Amino acid sequence: MSEFLYLYRGSEPAGSPEEMQQHMQKWITWITELGEKGHLKAPGHPLERTGKVVSGKQKAVTDGPFAEKDLVGGYSIVEATDINQAVELAGGCPIFEITGGSVEVRPIMQM
Amino acid sequence: MVAALTRLFGVHNHALAEDVVQDAFVRALEVWKFRGVPENPSAWLMATAKNRALDVLRRERTARTFAPELGKLLESEWTLATVVADSFTPHAIQDDQLRMMFSCCHPRLPEAAQVALMLNLLCGFSVGEVAGAFLSSEAATEKRISRGKKVLAGSNKLFELSGEDEFETRLAGVQRALYLLFNEGYHGASPHSAVRVELCEEAMRLTALLRAHRPAATPTTNALAALMCFHAARLPARLDEAGNLNSLIDQDRSLWDPRLAAEGRRLLDISASGTELTEYHVEAGIASLHADASGVETTRWDAIVSLYDTLLEMRPSPVVALSRAIAVAQAEGPERGLEEIAAITDTARLAAYPFYFAALGELELRSGRNSIALEHFRKAFGVARNAAERNFLEDRAQACKGSPELKEAPAH
Repeated sequence: MSEFLYLYRGSEPAGSPEEMQQHMQKWITWITELGEKGHLKAPGHPLERTGKVVSGKQKAVTDGPFAEKDLVGGYSIVEATDINQAVELAGGCPIFEITGGSVEVRPIMQM
Repeated sequence: MVAALTRLFGVHNHALAEDVVQDAFVRALEVWKFRGVPENPSAWLMATAKNRALDVLRRERTARTFAPELGKLLESEWTLATVVADSFTPHAIQDDQLRMMFSCCHPRLPEAAQVALMLNLLCGFSVGEVAGAFLSSEAATEKRISRGKKVLAGSNKLFELSGEDEFETRLAGVQRALYLLFNEGYHGASPHSAVRVELCEEAMRLTALLRAHRPAATPTTNALAALMCFHAARLPARLDEAGNLNSLIDQDRSLWDPRLAAEGRRLLDISASGTELTEYHVEAGIASLHADASGVETTRWDAIVSLYDTLLEMRPSPVVALSRAIAVAQAEGPERGLEEIAAITDTARLAAYPFYFAALGELELRSGRNSIALEHFRKAFGVARNAAERNFLEDRAQACKGSPELKEAPAH
């Protein structure tokens, strides 16, 4: 088994409170199922939509907010046999219901 | 939650309070996606809103846009946290809801706007839901609510319950608004359903809140609460399984909720402690006579007629006069009832009221004049407001047609 990092990107949640609640419920179902099948290393966390970037030799500090399409909204760590399985598992994520929603699947390097 | 935050931020910052609650909700859903829903989600939401409130207050402290009454208390970080925490204790929240209720009943607002504001601010109804409750368009309701909020924002803080002079007049306004809210649920004119239990429930919840505040628990408030209990006790029998209306006469009284009726009696008893007799007392008295009777035959109709006489003196209204005429018909026969209906002069408002024609039809039918009865039921059908009413009237119209020999035969 290898470990993979899921990076979730997508627009801010919108809709009526009921719709948002339904959407959340789908996430919980999906994450619970990953766990039950033994694929979930860590459910991870959502990330605040603001932050700071330190860059360059000068260590210049710039403020978020960041461009919507680049903004990472949260992360999880899953276990899968290979990248193909990890991609397949990511396909069940409810984030694709949101326009512009995506999951970046990155193998975690191990020694 | 909105009420608690409005107290912190000031009434003029009501929109900010709503934003904080909305924000807390969105954050909660984001975190729960990953971590699952906690055991006590409302406590979690409360805590999140509290933290957001602290953030906002810290940011705004120099600007001093929040409630001036709290300005002094918020000098240091230490008191800031305490004041915010205090505002979120269950007791303080209850208190805030009460003050919000009194604030909504601002004398400059028409009664309908007061009720709309209460539903929106205290019961969490969206503009669409409030519009549904009052049969008005969403745009008109939006305007009504935002105008109301503007009036609220004109005062710097929520209504002060300890202020003595205005308390009593405001209390009368609050009682009236709760009465209207309950009635809207009980015999509202909704096109979708004849009874909207959720409006009745909210009215009862807010009335209970009023009763929990000693100065507001007057004999009048108790009478109002009694009235609601008696009517709510009959709710389970008011609609049958198909959602059709049952008239009081035809209701299966075994379905009436005995606990609510008993609570109504208890409240009516304690409401008699004062010297004042209000219309809520009289209406509760009428409802209690119905609750006491095991059936139509054992109902004390003569006592009900005399209570209606008292009510008419307090509040002359063709609808009350119609109810009185129906009670007269029960006590003295359909012909007497028809005489009483004919004696109602102010019939303009009744012309759009389906139960006016339905009552005429019912009494004509009982007098054996089926074809005249049928005509009245048809007129009633023409002004019926929802499917339940139409089905009910359809049924009565059928009764007029069904074998007239049998109907006209003497009962024994």
